[in-house]
Amino acid sequence: MIRLFANASYDFIKWRRWAFSLTGAIMLIGAVFLAMRGLNYSIEFTGGTLVQFEVAHKVPTSNIRAALDQTGLAGADIYNFGSDTSYVVRARLGGAASQGEAGSQAVADAVARALDQSVGAGQYRLARREAVGPKVGRELQGKALLAILFSFVVTLVYLAVRFEWRFGLAAVVATAHDVIATIAFISVMHLEVSLVVVGAVLTVVGYSLNDTIIIFDRVRENLRKYRRQNLYEILNLSINETLPRSVLTHGTTIATTLSLLLLGGEVIRPFAWVMSFGIFTGTFSSIYIAAPVLLWIEKRWPGEDARGARTFGTRTPAPQPQLAPATPTSSPSPRAPQPAR
Amino acid sequence: MDKKIRGRLWVIAVLIVASIASLVPRNAKQRVRDVATGAMKDTTVRRVPINLGLDLQGGIHLALEVDQTKGPVPDCADAIQRAEKVVRTRIDEFGTTEPVVQIQGRCRLIVELAGEKDPARAKGVIQRTAFLEFRIADMKGVFKDALPAIDAALRKAGIKARGDATPSAVAQLFGGDTTKAARDSAADANAPGVLSSLLNQRPGGVPGEYLVPEEQWPLVDSLIQRPDVRGLIPRGMDLKWSAQTQAYGARLYRPLYAVDARPIITGEELTRATARRDPVTNGSVVTFQLSRRGARIFSQETGRHIGDFMAILLDGRVQGEPPVIRSQIGANGQIELGNKPLQEASDLALVLRAGALPAPLAIVDERTISATLGADSINDGVRAGVVGVLLVVLIMIGYYRMSGALAVAALTLYCLFTLAGLAAFGFTLTLPGLAGFILSIGIAVDANVLIFERIREEIVHGKSLRLAVDDGFLHAMNAIVDSNVSTILTALILYAVGTGPVQGFAITLIIGIVASMISAIFVVKTLFLIWLNRRPNMVTLSI
Repeated sequence: MIRLFANASYDFIKWRRWAFSLTGAIMLIGAVFLAMRGLNYSIEFTGGTLVQFEVAHKVPTSNIRAALDQTGLAGADIYNFGSDTSYVVRARLGGAASQGEAGSQAVADAVARALDQSVGAGQYRLARREAVGPKVGRELQGKALLAILFSFVVTLVYLAVRFEWRFGLAAVVATAHDVIATIAFISVMHLEVSLVVVGAVLTVVGYSLNDTIIIFDRVRENLRKYRRQNLYEILNLSINETLPRSVLTHGTTIATTLSLLLLGGEVIRPFAWVMSFGIFTGTFSSIYIAAPVLLWIEKRWPGEDARGARTFGTRTPAPQPQLAPATPTSSPSPRAPQPAR
Repeated sequence: MDKKIRGRLWVIAVLIVASIASLVPRNAKQRVRDVATGAMKDTTVRRVPINLGLDLQGGIHLALEVDQTKGPVPDCADAIQRAEKVVRTRIDEFGTTEPVVQIQGRCRLIVELAGEKDPARAKGVIQRTAFLEFRIADMKGVFKDALPAIDAALRKAGIKARGDATPSAVAQLFGGDTTKAARDSAADANAPGVLSSLLNQRPGGVPGEYLVPEEQWPLVDSLIQRPDVRGLIPRGMDLKWSAQTQAYGARLYRPLYAVDARPIITGEELTRATARRDPVTNGSVVTFQLSRRGARIFSQETGRHIGDFMAILLDGRVQGEPPVIRSQIGANGQIELGNKPLQEASDLALVLRAGALPAPLAIVDERTISATLGADSINDGVRAGVVGVLLVVLIMIGYYRMSGALAVAALTLYCLFTLAGLAAFGFTLTLPGLAGFILSIGIAVDANVLIFERIREEIVHGKSLRLAVDDGFLHAMNAIVDSNVSTILTALILYAVGTGPVQGFAITLIIGIVASMISAIFVVKTLFLIWLNRRPNMVTLSI
C-alpha cells in the first residue's frame, strides 16, 4: 500500500508566527486592493443592466465603446467574456446610464443601437440579458450579509454543543480568517461578486469548518488517550495523524474544483476560483490558525485539566507538574471534552 | 453474518430501484402551440424528470411588483394574488411549455418562461394592464370652452408659449380653424395661449380631438399633468392620448382626446375576444363579445348616444379613431389596430380574454438567457464533471487499490442517488447546482478517506482485519457526522436567503451530502463485509 505522510511528525505549531505573518500579509494586500478599488459587485447587488452578446467575428472593444459613448452609455463597463467573440456590457445603477426600472429597458435598447452601429445589425446574437432594479439589489445585499453572519452564529452554536466552547471559538476564528482571506483574494483577483460567489464563500466556510472539525475531533480523542502530553504536542500529533486524510481529501476536492475552473465555462469561473482558493485557505487555517488559536485560548483561559498552561512547556516550566497526580483510574478527566454520541 | 449482509443488500437494492424509478423518463404534459391552427393544446412528451433551471435551458425570468409610482396601492399582497391569476391565464395561452408563475414573499410575482426567446413580447403580455373602457367623446366642446382659463393660469405661472411657427403652419394645413380661444383671455390679448397654441383641431374631425405635433407631445403632456391645469379641466371630463400617431402632410401628430370621465362600459363585461384580419381594410382587428349583462348596458348607453363619437380606451390610451355610434350596439364589437401585425392583435385578444390586471406591474428583476448559452453551460459543466470524476477515480484507486475501487463503486451510486433525489423532490438543477454536484463528488469521498485511514491505523496497531474494518468505520463516524452536519447547516442558510440559482446550489449540496453518507458509509461497509466474507483467510487488506 502507498502511504503518504505515514507516521509524519512535523512540528506544525512551531511555524505559527510565520503563518500568522504570511496570512497577515495576504490580508494586508487584500485590504490595500479593497481600499483602492473596492469589490467588483455584480448588478445583482448594485442594480443595473447586463447584456452579453456574441459576434461572428472579433470586433475591437474600442469600436463598441465609441458607439456606447454616442448612445449616452459612457458609464458602462465593457469586457470580453470567456472568448474573443463574446462581450458583456454592464451598466450599474446610479452610474451615468440607467435609472430605475424603465432605465434597464433603455440601457438594453441603447446597447442594441450601439451594436447595430459598431457591429452591424444582425451580426450579433444576444446571449444573456439581466436587469435588476435597485430595490432587489439592496435586498440581496442585506440577505448576503445576513447569510454570512447567520452561518457564523449557527456554526458557533453547533461547535459549542458538540465540542467545548474553547474548540468552538478557535474554529470560528479560523473560519473568520478564511472568509477574510477569501474576500482579500476576491478583491485582488477583481472577481465579480455575485450571489453565487457569496454562495461559494459560504461553502468555503462549511468546508474549512469541516476540515477543522476533523483535526479537533482527533485532538479531543488524543487528549483522552495521552494523559501525559501537553496540548502543544497533542495538537502536533493530531495534525500529523490526520495529515494523510487531509492530503487525500484536498487532493480529490482540488481535482474537481480545478476541472471546474479550467473546463466549467466562463459563467461558473468566479465560483471555481473562490472554491479553489477556499480549499487552500481552509486547509491552511485548520492547521496554522485553528490549532495555535486553540493553544492560545487554553493558555489564557485554561481548562480544568490545565494542560494549556503547559503548552509552552519548553520555555516555562509548568507551575504545577501534575494536577491531582495522574488520575489512577482509566476514566477520562472530567474536563476532557466528551464525544456526544 | 450472511443474514446481515443479505439485509444490507436488500436495503441497497431498494434504494437503487427507487432511484432508477424516479429517473425513468415519464410522460409529462406540455402546452404547445399547434402549428396549423395557432391555438394552444396539451401534448404529452417523455422525458427524464429532472427540472433544468433557466440558466441551463435558456429562457426568461421576471420578478414583478405592483407599480406604486402611478399611485399607491394599499394592499400589495392582495393585488399580487389577483394579478397572479390573471398573469397565469395569460401565460398559459402564451405558448411556452411549462411556464412558472408563483408568488415570492408577499408582494412579488415570479414568472419563468423556459425556452422563450422574445422578452419584449413576453413582457408586453404580462405587464399590460389590459383595462378596456368605452367613453363618449366631448361632443359639446366643454374642454374647448375651458381652454382660455387654462392658458391664463399657465401664463400666470410664468410659462411662455414657444415656437409660433408651429401653430401657423398647422393653421395653413387645416385651413385656419386652429383654436383661437386664447384671444379672449384677459391680460395679454396678443400673446398666443400656451396650451391652446399647441392644440390643433381638424375641420370636420372628431369632436374633442386635438392634434399635437409629435415632438411637442411630451411638453403638452407635462402641461396637462400640472395640478393647476388639472383643476381647471371641466368636471366629468378627462384628457386621454391616442395610442397611435396620425400623419398629415409630412408631419406626425399625436391626437389628444377630451372624453367623458365615466366609461359607459369596461372590459370586465367582456367574454370573448379574437384577433383577425379585416378583409376590407386588411388591418388587424380584435373582435369581442360582451356578457349578457354587459350587452344590455352597452345597448342602453349607445342608444342614448346615437350620433356621438365613442373612444375605445385600452390602458388609458385611445385605440384608433373614435367611431361614431350609428345605432344601438349589442354584444359584439371590434377594436381596430390599423396596420399592426396580426401577432399583436392576437396578443391583445389574449390579454383581453384573461382580464385586466388589478394594478400595474413593474419589473424589478429580469434575466434572459439564450438557449445556446444554456446548452454551452451544460456542455462545459458535464465536461468538467467527467474530468473531475475521472481524476477522483484515479486518485482513489491509485492510492487505496481494491478499497478505493469499492469507494468508486459507491461513488457511482452516490451520483445516482443525488440525481434521483433532485428528481424525486422536484428540485431544479441550475448551473451553480451542477457545480455544487461536481464539487460534492470531491467531498463525497472524504468520508471514505477518513474511514480508510482509520482502518489503516487500526491495522498498524495490530488488530485483525475484521476488527480493524469494524473499528475503522466506528471511529471515523464521529468526524464524518460532525463535519457533514456543519456543511448541511451552512447549505440550509444559503437555501433560506438565496434565490433561484443559489438555492439550486444549496439543494444539490444538501442532497449530495445525504447521498454521500449513505453511499460512503452504508454501501462501502456492505461491500467490505462481502469482500471479507468471501476471503476469510485474507492476511493483508488491499487498502
